[in-house]
Amino acid sequence: MTIAEVPQTETMVTLTIDGAAVTVPEGSTVLDACSAAGIDTPTLCYAENLTPVNACRVCVVEQEGSRTLVPSCSRQAEPDMEIKTDTERVRHSRKMVLEFLGSGVDLSQADQLHGWMDHYGAEPDRYGSDAIRINEDVKIQDSLYIRDYDKCVLCYKCVEACGDDAQMTFAIAVSGRGFDARISTEFDVTLPDSACVYCGNCVGVCPTGAIQFKTEYDLREADDWRPEEQSVTQTVCSYCGVGCNLELHVQDEKIVKVTSPADHSVTHGHLCIKGRFGWTYVQPTIERRP
Amino acid sequence: MTDLHLTSDRANAAEAAAIDAAIAQCGVDPVLTHEGDRLIRGGLHRANERRHALLPALHALHNTSGWISHGGVNHIAEKLGVPPAEGYGVASFYEMFRMDDPGHTDDVVHVCVDGACQIAGADGVIVSLEAEGTKVHRSPCLGQCERAPAMFVQGNQGRDDRVDADSQMADAAKVIPQQGEPQLQLLRRMGVTDPTSLDDYVAYGGYSALTRAFEMGADAILDEMETAGLKGRGGAAFPTAFKWRGVKAAEGDTKWIVVNADESEPGTFKDRHLMELDPFSIVEAATIAGFVTGAQKGYVYIRGEYPLATERLQNAIDTARTRGFLGSSIAGSSLGFELEIRRGAGAYICGEETALFESLEGFRGEPRQKPPFPTTHGLFKQPTAINNPETLVNVLGIVLNGGEAFAQIGTKDSTGPRLFCLSGHVVNPGLYEVPFGVTLGDLIDMAGGPVGDLRTVLLGGAAGSFVGTDALTMPLTFEDTRAAGASLGSGVVKLFNTDTNFTAVVQRIAEFFRNESCGQCVPCRVGVVRQHELLIRTAGRSLNGERALLDDMDLVMKDSSICGLGHTASTAVRSAIDLGLIGA
Amino acid sequence: MFGAGGGTVSYKEIEETDVILLWGSNAREAHPIFFHHLMQGLQNGARMYAVDPRRTSSAKFADLWLGLELGSDVALANTVANYIVNNDLHNKAFIEHSTSGFDAYVDSLAEYTLERGEELTGVPAAAIAEMARTYATAETAQILWTLGITEHHNAVDNVLALCNLALLTGHVGRWGSGLVPLRGQNNVQGGGDMGALPNKLPGFQNVSDPDHRAKFEAVYGRPIPPEEGLHLTLMFEAMERGEITAAYVIGENPADSEADIAHARKLLRGLDLLVVQDIFLTRTAELADVVLPASVGWAECEGTVTSSERRVQRVRAAVPPPGLARHDQDILRDLAHAMGYVEWGNPSSEDLWEELRSLSPMHGGMTYARLESESGLQWPCPDLDHPGSPFLHGWLWEDDLGGRAGAPFSPVVAQGPKEELTEEFPLRLTTGRALDSYNTGVQSGSMESPIRYGNALDMNPADADRLQLSDGETVKVTSPRGTVDMPIRIQPDIPVGLTFTTFHFPELVDTNLLTNDAWDKRSGTAEFKAAAIRVDKLVGAAS
Repeated sequence: MTIAEVPQTETMVTLTIDGAAVTVPEGSTVLDACSAAGIDTPTLCYAENLTPVNACRVCVVEQEGSRTLVPSCSRQAEPDMEIKTDTERVRHSRKMVLEFLGSGVDLSQADQLHGWMDHYGAEPDRYGSDAIRINEDVKIQDSLYIRDYDKCVLCYKCVEACGDDAQMTFAIAVSGRGFDARISTEFDVTLPDSACVYCGNCVGVCPTGAIQFKTEYDLREADDWRPEEQSVTQTVCSYCGVGCNLELHVQDEKIVKVTSPADHSVTHGHLCIKGRFGWTYVQPTIERRP
Repeated sequence: MTDLHLTSDRANAAEAAAIDAAIAQCGVDPVLTHEGDRLIRGGLHRANERRHALLPALHALHNTSGWISHGGVNHIAEKLGVPPAEGYGVASFYEMFRMDDPGHTDDVVHVCVDGACQIAGADGVIVSLEAEGTKVHRSPCLGQCERAPAMFVQGNQGRDDRVDADSQMADAAKVIPQQGEPQLQLLRRMGVTDPTSLDDYVAYGGYSALTRAFEMGADAILDEMETAGLKGRGGAAFPTAFKWRGVKAAEGDTKWIVVNADESEPGTFKDRHLMELDPFSIVEAATIAGFVTGAQKGYVYIRGEYPLATERLQNAIDTARTRGFLGSSIAGSSLGFELEIRRGAGAYICGEETALFESLEGFRGEPRQKPPFPTTHGLFKQPTAINNPETLVNVLGIVLNGGEAFAQIGTKDSTGPRLFCLSGHVVNPGLYEVPFGVTLGDLIDMAGGPVGDLRTVLLGGAAGSFVGTDALTMPLTFEDTRAAGASLGSGVVKLFNTDTNFTAVVQRIAEFFRNESCGQCVPCRVGVVRQHELLIRTAGRSLNGERALLDDMDLVMKDSSICGLGHTASTAVRSAIDLGLIGA
Repeated sequence: MFGAGGGTVSYKEIEETDVILLWGSNAREAHPIFFHHLMQGLQNGARMYAVDPRRTSSAKFADLWLGLELGSDVALANTVANYIVNNDLHNKAFIEHSTSGFDAYVDSLAEYTLERGEELTGVPAAAIAEMARTYATAETAQILWTLGITEHHNAVDNVLALCNLALLTGHVGRWGSGLVPLRGQNNVQGGGDMGALPNKLPGFQNVSDPDHRAKFEAVYGRPIPPEEGLHLTLMFEAMERGEITAAYVIGENPADSEADIAHARKLLRGLDLLVVQDIFLTRTAELADVVLPASVGWAECEGTVTSSERRVQRVRAAVPPPGLARHDQDILRDLAHAMGYVEWGNPSSEDLWEELRSLSPMHGGMTYARLESESGLQWPCPDLDHPGSPFLHGWLWEDDLGGRAGAPFSPVVAQGPKEELTEEFPLRLTTGRALDSYNTGVQSGSMESPIRYGNALDMNPADADRLQLSDGETVKVTSPRGTVDMPIRIQPDIPVGLTFTTFHFPELVDTNLLTNDAWDKRSGTAEFKAAAIRVDKLVGAAS
């Protein structure tokens, strides 16, 4: 008998990106390889803790031999692949994707996109004043979340986090088709009437503020959301014994929201209702001490 | 089932019974099995294994109540373990499913408003039907362009969906003038055999190809197919032998044959005729595909608006099974092969092969990023050969007569016969079989020539392009059309004369893509909307600077959309502008 | 288990295991993020059997739910074992090389035939056989449990019965296989690791071992009493006998959380001195002579906690404590100083941790810097080069066991719940957690939850019918110890004859007025999971 070891296999793959050889572990994506090469790539629907859906197409790159551009977030890095990340075609597609999104969706809180829109020269206004927009009202149906689908870019992240990739609650799904497709509960019932268990994992992955913690929404509405002044402290949840890592976002000595690091082996960025919202006793509205 | 949460809505008895029956028909038992008070079999795996019964269950629900009721979705959730939000999300993907209570129990008449039907006065038909109090739904192409304006009746309260079958049989001779000609490959049994009779089929050479296939063995068949140079007839023109070899070589115990009969490209109706008038040939060819690739089971995915084709093919499958041509030991051999029909529910995108897999598996018909390809990751992520009916039926001739004989037909790079669907301003709209290489002009002449002064031909459907009268001398081959910047697509040849309102026609094509985009990827989801808006904005005037914008949109859709819908969504529009049909 | 107490596997392993026995655990609600790993395992193809009297939300993910009679866990485990042995499915090489006491164990199984097992557990024989065969023949398999196993009067027997199954099949000590007790509190593992057990010093070193004591005495400069202390339940018994007259309670709320709380509260009131150090003015604190306000361990203090996979992780202060609340370690330091022990000095959290590292070999390699940069470390991690241990008991698979006797089989005998059903108390009551609440609710109570349904008694529709009760109706629930009023919730997922409630809302429903304080002499855990009750319509209510 021998000791069964923790399985570890690491074969390496070498490909060319923008003319330079890059070596990454087998199973890496082209996006991983770009990161390894120090090349910054815009992403929107990609998250390290979710299965790539390659829907947004903002991370496309040119692959030698491919008729179309390829999504770097999901394409596996293969030996001898030749990738170009800054060609005219790549710049055009990235610009257009950002421009298309900006032409119909409120991207005001999609902070990660603003720099890229400038970089690629996106002009969302050139589709005219009649260009149809998402036009959805904010849904406030409980004390923990708000849903503002006017900001939704349909990146599928919330659906994945609620479903197969983490929580397996399936309270929300994509409904409808085409430009009319929306994230929705069954028959658009309210969240409290739906299967939602308020784990907040949809909020945790939303890149545009379309699903938001009520705490953040209220502060934004009061024009008092100051992320640049917030501290983020990593600690461990106070409830069950799983040991979920929490990031406490603190503004003015008050916890204003809780996230979890996506790269942590325990949570992969996902929490439950207690970890996400169970901190209120630390700063109750009533005095805690005797 | 997982720990699903259901609202309090419950299905009525009729809904529950219809759903249960549909699920049973898929060969599936409910996800939960009570083996006593304290023992329940269920769980995630059983739910996953049953998901493919979702679309049939939704059809049954809609057919019972005329809409996707909340209680019905909950009942399906309980029986299949599909979360209600996902059941709702899937149902809302399809044109044929109404998501709100219609408040009536009438059948609904779908009237086609695309291309041929548009110029044949569909709008007027709708107005008069509505005036009579008929419930009307404006539908994209119904695949009956040869008898425009086309209609399809969607049943309610358990009544069957239907088309006017009687008139369809009566005018078969008219819309398929060549039917029964013995020298043809694809139309020779039509009008000669009774499509419901296996004996008739056998008497006219049916199942001789399967017998021959057993004698030859899989490798020899693949060699003959390669010699034949058979390419797919659905639009992508991929070499069929290459595809089947890939599936045969792919690792995996379970492999699939899928017949892609979701014929939704506007202007296409060839596969419908094959299924309606020669259904056994598709069953036989699919069986051979199973034999060659090692697949033991197949699905035929037929578009929901084809009730007669579904009925005929279902009859053919049932009869073949009864007579030992499907099942565990086919025609006395050791080969086992089963075939099952699944109906689409109104989604052009489900003709895209990976979207079709998603739909069949019980998910929204959203295409997958390729690679991986269906040969290794197809239906249920397992190796799958997916072919169009016309492609499959061609295999019968190759098996019987050899690849060389097949390659003799047509040109060097475009071998074999080809079905073309002629519609629009043509004297005899209908289905025609010609060898590749016939010129566009000759084909139109076969159909009696144009009605009025021909202005343009839409070649290949909405995903194809408009060509001018200078193209009449162009041989209809893959290579010649490609050289001309056009494509044969699924064999659509739609004629428009000089009296046509091209602004309306082209706008309708743009609207078609806007309605049919699945919405998954940004370039297509937004691009098709902005394109349609641009055409409306510039209607009746020169595009001026907006042409550059159109080209920008076209390029991102071509370069970065996930699937062929986005890649081709601008092709027809841009060709119309180039030809001066609009924007001049 | 066979030495140090801790789950033998890492969460990651359940994603790659082949078979899961989820036994007496509703991890979907009580350990939701662990359940993410479990669901990943299911998605990767693992088969799961859920053993639980209730068809919990966790059990709904299982391929097969086995709804055993409450408290018949040992009978089921022994029947599984008997089937495995009788069908020659046990891992003979492993048993021979790495275990001891097999023959006596096999003898003890004789009476647990499938027929007898079905009789004792209510689970059909075929299902027991199926689970046994699947578990035994799996390449890798895990058994997971929580309080459904341990909150019984025979808790230790329950645990041993499950450990026996792992030894029988060799499903321990290898990647993917193991025994997983899920911890209910964020640092119950760490508390034990740090020696907050009556018989242990930090690092599971024995109070009774003079060598172990000597090591600590050298650093502390004080003798350590060689006698083992008392666990919580014994403390209450000692209070009853008048042997304990003073108590210093830190971060516990026994006045709400003990089984048979009426009795527990009486004993607390009878103390000469009760000091309570807590972040809240709990019911226990209300009884106290002195209350010391403490700061919140995970958000207002520096330190470490240890999770169910033995991962030691840092907690950090993010917000200042309110008012006069102070860090537990500062309160204790001042107390020590006041008692004249000035050598304590004024150590930081890290200073204290460094001392621990020097004394507890299994923590030896865990510096604060490493805990930070490596996202926590799993013990044992004896030195700075050690990467930590994803799973325990790998030594069982080594060719040379290094002179150690193998892991012992522990024959155990099935016993039902202490409190038998009678005509007067004909229904079983069991308790558990709901997703959005926690224990007695002192922390979770202030969180607004859209999914909270409050305290209700879950009951099978057939029982409700028989008692002519409707959903939501408030009823009188009586056990031999007390009576409470609460609404019922009709639930098809609970078997006939069983009822269930949470204990999250003591201010609304004192569930623990009902529960049984019969307890396990070895673990000190009371039988929260099995009481006998009756349910009556409220007097004056329409029938």
